[in-house]
Amino acid sequence: MLWAKQPYTGHRSIVSIKFLSSVIISLPMRTVPFLISAVATAGLVFVLNKQWGSIPPLGKFISPQHGFWQNAEPAGQSFNADLHFTDLKGKADVYFDERLVPHVFAENDEDLYFIQGYLHAKFRLFQMDLQTRAAAGRASEIAGKKAINFDKEQRRLGMVYAAENAMKELEKDPVSKTMFDAYTKGINAYIHSLKASQLPIEYKLLNLQPEEWTNLRTALLLKMMAKMLSSGTESDFANTNAQAVFTPDELKLLYPQTPDSLLPIVPKGTAFDAPGIVPVKPATADSLYLGKKEPVTFSEEDRPDIDNGSNNWVVAGSKTKSGAPILCNDPHLELSLPSIWYEMQLVSPTTNSYGVSLPGSPFIIIGFNDSIAWGVTNSQRDVKDYYEVKFKDRSKKEYWYNGEWKATTLKEEIIRVRGGKDVKDTVAYTVFGPVMFDETFSTRSTHKRNLAVRWVAHDASNEGMTFYKLNRAKNYDDYLSAISNFQCPGQNFVFASHSGDIALWQQGKFPARWERQGLYIMPGEDSSYLWQGFIPQAENPHSKNPERGYLQSANQRPADSTYPYFIPGSYITARGITIDNYLSGMTGITPEDMMKLQNNYFNTTAQDVREILLRYVKENELGEKEKQYLGIVKDWDLMASPDSKGQTLFTMWWGSLQESIYTDEFRQTKQNMKWPDAQTTLELLKKDTAMRFIDNIGTTQKETIEDVVTGSLKSMSAMIDSVSKQSGKEFSLEWYKRNRPGVYHIMDKGKKDLLPFARTNLHVGGAGDIVNAVKGSHGPSWRMIVQLTTPTEAYGVYPGGQSGNPGSKYYDNYLDYWVEGKYYKLWYMRDGDRTDKNVKWTMKFGR
Amino acid sequence: MKFSVAVILTALLAFISGLFLPWWGIAITSLLTAVIIHQKAWKAMLSGFLGVFLLWAVLAFWTDMKNEGVLSKKIATLLPLGGNSILLIIVTGFIGGLVAGFAAMSGSYLRATPAK
Repeated sequence: MLWAKQPYTGHRSIVSIKFLSSVIISLPMRTVPFLISAVATAGLVFVLNKQWGSIPPLGKFISPQHGFWQNAEPAGQSFNADLHFTDLKGKADVYFDERLVPHVFAENDEDLYFIQGYLHAKFRLFQMDLQTRAAAGRASEIAGKKAINFDKEQRRLGMVYAAENAMKELEKDPVSKTMFDAYTKGINAYIHSLKASQLPIEYKLLNLQPEEWTNLRTALLLKMMAKMLSSGTESDFANTNAQAVFTPDELKLLYPQTPDSLLPIVPKGTAFDAPGIVPVKPATADSLYLGKKEPVTFSEEDRPDIDNGSNNWVVAGSKTKSGAPILCNDPHLELSLPSIWYEMQLVSPTTNSYGVSLPGSPFIIIGFNDSIAWGVTNSQRDVKDYYEVKFKDRSKKEYWYNGEWKATTLKEEIIRVRGGKDVKDTVAYTVFGPVMFDETFSTRSTHKRNLAVRWVAHDASNEGMTFYKLNRAKNYDDYLSAISNFQCPGQNFVFASHSGDIALWQQGKFPARWERQGLYIMPGEDSSYLWQGFIPQAENPHSKNPERGYLQSANQRPADSTYPYFIPGSYITARGITIDNYLSGMTGITPEDMMKLQNNYFNTTAQDVREILLRYVKENELGEKEKQYLGIVKDWDLMASPDSKGQTLFTMWWGSLQESIYTDEFRQTKQNMKWPDAQTTLELLKKDTAMRFIDNIGTTQKETIEDVVTGSLKSMSAMIDSVSKQSGKEFSLEWYKRNRPGVYHIMDKGKKDLLPFARTNLHVGGAGDIVNAVKGSHGPSWRMIVQLTTPTEAYGVYPGGQSGNPGSKYYDNYLDYWVEGKYYKLWYMRDGDRTDKNVKWTMKFGR
Repeated sequence: MKFSVAVILTALLAFISGLFLPWWGIAITSLLTAVIIHQKAWKAMLSGFLGVFLLWAVLAFWTDMKNEGVLSKKIATLLPLGGNSILLIIVTGFIGGLVAGFAAMSGSYLRATPAK
């Protein structure tokens, strides 16, 4: 260590120090030992004050008056406070209940959102800061050079460009600007009040400072959500590669647009009007587009999870015990600690809304008010396309468009890298959008193709105001006017009112596509492949007060094949079937029934697949162990519950069967391809057990369904053997040990560096296509049930806690409840409850 | 006697510095203490070490008790100290003590007349 070396710096230097010291002989000290010990002290301080790789400055970090000990919140911490800010217009009180949920009572809306900003920052500052920096392509400033490609991709996708467009829009409307400004001021008021010792522990670990909040950062956060929910719902690269290998007929078989078993959001049989816009297929499409057989070698660095889905449903009073509608919602996202959601109640003369908010954005996002309740699921629609453009030369200053060279707009990007040199990147903007991939950027290759990206999230819009208005909506018309300007990410807005209406709208700005437009990379040398317009808002799939008395959405295709538009997407079919089947058979529904349904483990896909597996397996060819596995699958109750062995064996067998069906066909190219989804394969098998893909094209004999079903059971069994041999441990068949549910810290993307801040080995079941959609660290991020009786009866829970501080008992105190499928009764506080015993702490705000 | 006074003064001044100065304020106050209460170098070092060791360990222990060990267990796993909170408290004291000890030794030399 540095300080230990100091005494031995060599003879000559000590001599010269001695010489120097003779100058200050008047001091009564032993100069040499003093200097040595002083230098040792200084060296020690230096070493302990500096970040070494991922090790924080130890002295600073460990000092009980400065470092992490300051974040160890006393179990009996009081949250009472009396705060004064000149930016406030009046007085406001925040009442915290025992779960640390704030109930904010303000005299006006500006103060209300100022305080929401203040509370978000107080309890969740680090996640807001981290997420918006990452959204802007600035992760390398924190994570170092390993994040450079991520940052380049964020910038090349146009995240900042999109956020800037959104910010202009939100500042155009005076009401919107006032609310967003107030929210930003509230966050900054908290940041400015912070002493170094009070910084959230993550800043201390990373040796980092928080940054000022701006309206742009709020816009960035909303664009992060847009990316999460509408950037991974297209498969243009995979489709392009599939097109290079398969015939048009095969493509339609493997990637059908409407599954046979679909139970859509808009009840089947609903009639649709003639389309308001009929896009025209370009004359060259068959030759230049659909007939093209050129694979693409690019792939995205950070592709959002396809299971970023959700469930929501609503039942009308005719089907409930109370006679009032019940609305339910559980958005499925990557789970994290701190949670993506922060629960609160916001009250002013114009609103009284309760629900969850997104730290980094004002308003309640999912919740209810005095008159209505609402929730969201993802539309899964494809709203992002790629165009292949031709640059004149490597300068990227001009590109070929409509028969002439047209100038690009070049944007210089400088990525600052922690512990390294700045990285420069140049992004060319075209009429289509930013050129995301070109010879200077690809995470996998140096293929000389230039792909511009057209994404609805780039268009100016103000999604935040939808929630401002929903928070104040009194009835169906208010709800409809609130959501009708919502553009991206397309969402399924479920609705119920105290007056008894129920509705579900798939809302967003969706391109009107000609058949197969945008499934593959499109030619980008003229305007003929541009989107020709958007589906008129009134024609978005929706339903209000259907006769059957319920509506549901679970990321499935929103409408059946009679919907008059071509609407590709990454749909999930099975969950919607399960929910629909349950709801259609239920009457006299209570909130408890809905809790059970949100936590339901029934595996609809397995119900059909198992039938096929059991019918075609050749039992006489099985060994002892294989017969045992078969027996477990036979006796399985079809529930993906945590201890289920049947779910594990079924999942492995079914996976192995799909592999033996497709591996040979998909081996025809080395490029990324997307396997047909399980639903498609199931439907193919149901229709035709002799379908062509079953035969292995690599062998001379003709494989039958019996061969592949039996073979895949055998290879599953072999895999179990080899895994247990390799690990020297018995392969546990309990589903939760394979699914490995866990919630990790928000900055621990690799799920290994911050395990003490995570909660792992959770005893829950589920899967992506199960109603209780827990898949690893992914799943229901908020479960809410609202019964619109008077007074409103609401329940909710999320896998986390109100405090973002790992040193607080409120960091993860809801998690065990969530695991057990339990709910908290939400306290919809009234003005008269200010002295109620539920109030544990009061924070007073004034000028 | 002198020794215990030095220990107490080191701890007291270190605590006050912690309210106003960055964490390395303990180096300044420990040096100062050693200048005010002059002892032989090794004694000064030991009293400086003990003063801040005790201060930091007691503060950490007190914080940990109120926190019911929620955070210390996590940090003691991260650092890594096997999740042992007591060990973390000792390490906390040791690091502070080390800096203070060296600083106090410097302070002792600063005022020392050559001891023969």
